[in-house]
Amino acid sequence: MRIALSWLREFVELSESVDELTTILDDLGLVVEGVEVVGEGLDDVVVARIDDIRAITGADRVRLVTVDAGHGPLDIVCGATNFEVGNYVPLAPVGAVLPGGFTIAERTMRGVTSHGMLCSSRELRLSDDHEGLMILDSLVSPRVGEGLLSALAITPDTVFDISVEGNRPDAWSVEGVARDLATRLERPLKRAALATTSSTTTTASFGAAAIDAPDLCGRLTVSVFRNVTVAPSPSWVAQRLMNAGMRPISNVVDASNYVMLELGQPTGLYDAALVAKHTLRARRARSAETLTTLDGVTRELARAGRGLGDTGEDCVIVDGDDQILGLAGIMGGASSEISPATTDVLLEAAYFDPMTIARSSKRHALRSEASNRFERGVDPQLALRAAARYAEVLGASVPELEWLSEPLDVLGELPLPPTITVREEDVQRLLGVEIPGGDITSLLRGLEFEVSEALEGFTVTAPTRRLDIREGIAGRADVIEEIARLYGYGRIARRTPSWPEFGALSERQTFRRHVRDVVVDLGAIEAWTPSLGSDADFDLLHPGQARVRITNPFSAEESVLRATMITGLVRAWSKNVERGVGDVILAEFGVVFQHPSLVSEPRRARGGAGGTLMLELPSENERLTVVFGRVDDDATSAVAAWRVLSRRLGLDDVVVRTTNEAPPGLHPTRAAALVDRASGALLGYVGEIDGDVVRAIMSGPPPRRVGLLDLDLDALGDPAKATRAPEALRVPSRYPSAIIDLAFVTPREVNAGDLAHALKGVGDLVESISLFDVYEGPPLDEGTRSLAYTVRLSSNERTLGDDEISRSRKELISMAASLGATLR
Amino acid sequence: MTSSPLARLGEQTTDLLSTIGSLATLDALIEAEPSLTGKRSLLSTLQKSLGSLEPDDRRAAGAQLQAARRVVEEALSARRSELERAARVLQLESDRLDLGDVVDSAVVHALSVGHPGLIATTQSQLEDVFVGMGFTVADGPEVESDWYNFEALNIPPAHPARGMWDTFYVDLGEPETVVLRTHTSPTQIHLMEEAVARNSLPIHSVMPGRCYRRDTPDASHLYSFHQIEGLVVDRGITFADLAGVIETFTRAYFGSDITSRLRPAYFPFTEPSAEFEVTCTLCRGGGCRTCSFTGWLELGGSGMLDPAVLEAVGIDGEEWSGFAFGFGIDRCAQMRHQLTDMRALIENDTRFLEQMS
Repeated sequence: MRIALSWLREFVELSESVDELTTILDDLGLVVEGVEVVGEGLDDVVVARIDDIRAITGADRVRLVTVDAGHGPLDIVCGATNFEVGNYVPLAPVGAVLPGGFTIAERTMRGVTSHGMLCSSRELRLSDDHEGLMILDSLVSPRVGEGLLSALAITPDTVFDISVEGNRPDAWSVEGVARDLATRLERPLKRAALATTSSTTTTASFGAAAIDAPDLCGRLTVSVFRNVTVAPSPSWVAQRLMNAGMRPISNVVDASNYVMLELGQPTGLYDAALVAKHTLRARRARSAETLTTLDGVTRELARAGRGLGDTGEDCVIVDGDDQILGLAGIMGGASSEISPATTDVLLEAAYFDPMTIARSSKRHALRSEASNRFERGVDPQLALRAAARYAEVLGASVPELEWLSEPLDVLGELPLPPTITVREEDVQRLLGVEIPGGDITSLLRGLEFEVSEALEGFTVTAPTRRLDIREGIAGRADVIEEIARLYGYGRIARRTPSWPEFGALSERQTFRRHVRDVVVDLGAIEAWTPSLGSDADFDLLHPGQARVRITNPFSAEESVLRATMITGLVRAWSKNVERGVGDVILAEFGVVFQHPSLVSEPRRARGGAGGTLMLELPSENERLTVVFGRVDDDATSAVAAWRVLSRRLGLDDVVVRTTNEAPPGLHPTRAAALVDRASGALLGYVGEIDGDVVRAIMSGPPPRRVGLLDLDLDALGDPAKATRAPEALRVPSRYPSAIIDLAFVTPREVNAGDLAHALKGVGDLVESISLFDVYEGPPLDEGTRSLAYTVRLSSNERTLGDDEISRSRKELISMAASLGATLR
Repeated sequence: MTSSPLARLGEQTTDLLSTIGSLATLDALIEAEPSLTGKRSLLSTLQKSLGSLEPDDRRAAGAQLQAARRVVEEALSARRSELERAARVLQLESDRLDLGDVVDSAVVHALSVGHPGLIATTQSQLEDVFVGMGFTVADGPEVESDWYNFEALNIPPAHPARGMWDTFYVDLGEPETVVLRTHTSPTQIHLMEEAVARNSLPIHSVMPGRCYRRDTPDASHLYSFHQIEGLVVDRGITFADLAGVIETFTRAYFGSDITSRLRPAYFPFTEPSAEFEVTCTLCRGGGCRTCSFTGWLELGGSGMLDPAVLEAVGIDGEEWSGFAFGFGIDRCAQMRHQLTDMRALIENDTRFLEQMS
């Protein structure tokens, strides 16, 4: 919200500098996002009249405009198109310096010389309006060559751009901001001048008002203004609207906006001549009704929206013939719009249910200054004060204005201001600081809370404008927030709390860090690939499979939650290959998702309005995926890395078991499942990436083999699934170990790890078994290969004798034989 | 018609199809392709010869030839797929490797230097600071119901406050009931629910994790990002404690010359609420372009737990009180490393990633 300092000063004495005020406003939670000085540096700008507009040969974005600024015709090249011959516009002549230090010089383009610049309001820093030249016709009685400042009767001013939080609708006005300042600075808040009704005719004798939907419209007031002359606004009104970023339209409309900016009450205006029976009625829209709003869009009303809990309720204002005039609190219709011919005006100042406005506004994708205020909550007691202020502001340009007596005031259901008990201890208990009772009452009274001393602390009643203040214990917190805010957060002394419980990472988090350290030690670079991908990406590995889709994605490229990190990592790797920096191992820790229909027991959580539904959610699986993309990498690199990792993680015995049912993405004949022997749990896969997948991602032949390690961290992190080696350490025997090598001709289907495990189980004397050679080929039979193991034998009690070694050797051989392996 | 150049078309087509059928390898097929359907193929020669025909005849003959070409091309493409499949089977067979047979000592590779991710490293550093301050660390899911992401946090359906988060909705269940979490706050609700169920209050936890917002990606925003939030629920916890925890964290993480300040703000789940700012880490408070010459950088949000939130999870607000705070992990990384474009984080360019140590 943009507010001029001069306007604030009408409500509270402010002698502070702009910097000081900025600091105070920030500290009150009214954050100043920008400060602008307006109306400065415009001394050189004059009023000019458009006398001729011609096309420039070869240019379609700019035209040649001839203007008169009091010294004969001047040719100016101009890109705006919102004007015609006869309009008055601001001209910055050659040599003028605009706010911001931009100097106007003669420019020649396409053979035409431009002798100055015609300006928009934004270029003059008078407002945010940049939709074309500033048109002066409606603002002043223009006089060619007059200085712009005097023509507009502008005085330099400072404009604060203040961000008002969603729970502070009361502060969304000049008066609201001033009230906070006045309370903080302990100064009185001044009131805006109000008009009184000026006619003996009663409003009821002219028109009528009614509420048919008291839950949607809590209050409807209608004032009637007669003898209206529609004309340009006085310059002080126009300037304030422009400072606030609004475009002045006419005195009748501008006064409405002025009051909204000043007091926070949006009002609706109707040309009484166009409203049947001069009657305004608030009712529910009925199914299949339509309304063409002022923006020219025809909208279907009362249609249930897609949003959660949106039943499609719309509140509309209708006339005495039940014709819809506007979408209540959001936007009017074209049928009863104020026009230059308007002489009698109906002014609607109302209270609408905030949630109804919020839902309608969201459903119709229609936001306005009015709806933004109503959906947060406008003070239900403000309506008639706003009407009186409107009469005062409009009366300034329409002295003969007649405001009919006893404006109509119909009540529906209004929220009751809560009454809350707050004790000094409550304040201390929540804030941790002792604020004397006297300070509490004066701070709250500054904000117009009613405070009375009761037996138990204070009884506090919120002003009606504070619709954010709730009942009971929540309301107590709301009130204490107000106390803290006005007291100053910075004045609350800090205390560092301590507690007997100790801080720690969970086992899972410690484990994850350990895994990351090892993987980095192995030479992997950690990557971060997108969680959202395209259907094509998803189909690459999981064609046709149910997927978790985003309802409102930004683009089709980011519309499906990933079910694997393989695709993303291969893409990241291939881009690095294209950059010539692809000689790398890439790793990613992340979550992959599965549609609940694919899971036997999907994750469930309460949801829906009130949390009354049980929803099925996608399953989430944390994985570590490593892509080995260095020049000589392949499946064996991945296996070797896995062996290092499993030992560093203290895993007792995980079998690298070749699988014929490799999951998608893996090379079908170079893949193995990682199976925990004790638990039987699957911990992940190791192997190579299917060349066809790389081909699809790179749109061309794969440059080389790519190893892959894809681990299920949920399983790996669970000691019930990934069996840890015992924590108890073994002290090696003091006696020498006997080392024997044994090579077995072993059937293909016998896993080398299984055979080693069996050999290890032969007896206590077996200290360790390790595979050191594999041979396949003649003279060995097809379907067999030779597995050569080094076996260490030892005893804690003695040096092993030859007979013991020989007996162990026989036992090892016979164990191998039981698996179909014969000594070579 | 007897002199038609297409007199033998049927016969010729059959010949072509049999040639295609006899192609035994992909290489042979690629070599034969120009002679079957290319510019110098029989079909193309016949096409050229149609020029001498009367217009009506030419049209009929053209259609006939077109049909024949289609048959030949389809056969060629079918044969190609067949051969590709066969080649793949052969390739897979020759590739076959029993990964259980890999001998560790036989795998030799040059040393490579690995690098942890910037976000992971930053997250660990932040976690360590909080662990040192007595916090535990909690994880939570990335897809949540609207109850956990919004309503239990005092943001009812259609409440304008939901507009503060640009939410990605997941296409499951009733509309807008399943979301990609927009903050890690749902984990706070899970923690409090568990603590109530297990009767294990107090809670002193931080929850880091990935969140999502439907925001146009640019140099300072990605649609997915990382947050760390803190939650304390205990007896006698006050706003002064919140301010103290934030100050201690600020000095521990950013350095002892960096301080923090709180200013009023609005979050539906806290009351009172506060934005917290820290001394600009670039100019150390002196004022620079990064901090818009204020000397302060906005870091995150915080506040005392709103009674409505405590009520939603069944915690007695008269006995327990608490606070929550949250801020961006990515933002901390950006501040510390003067990262000028966040998009570098997801581009995974080796030259960027290998700067992490």
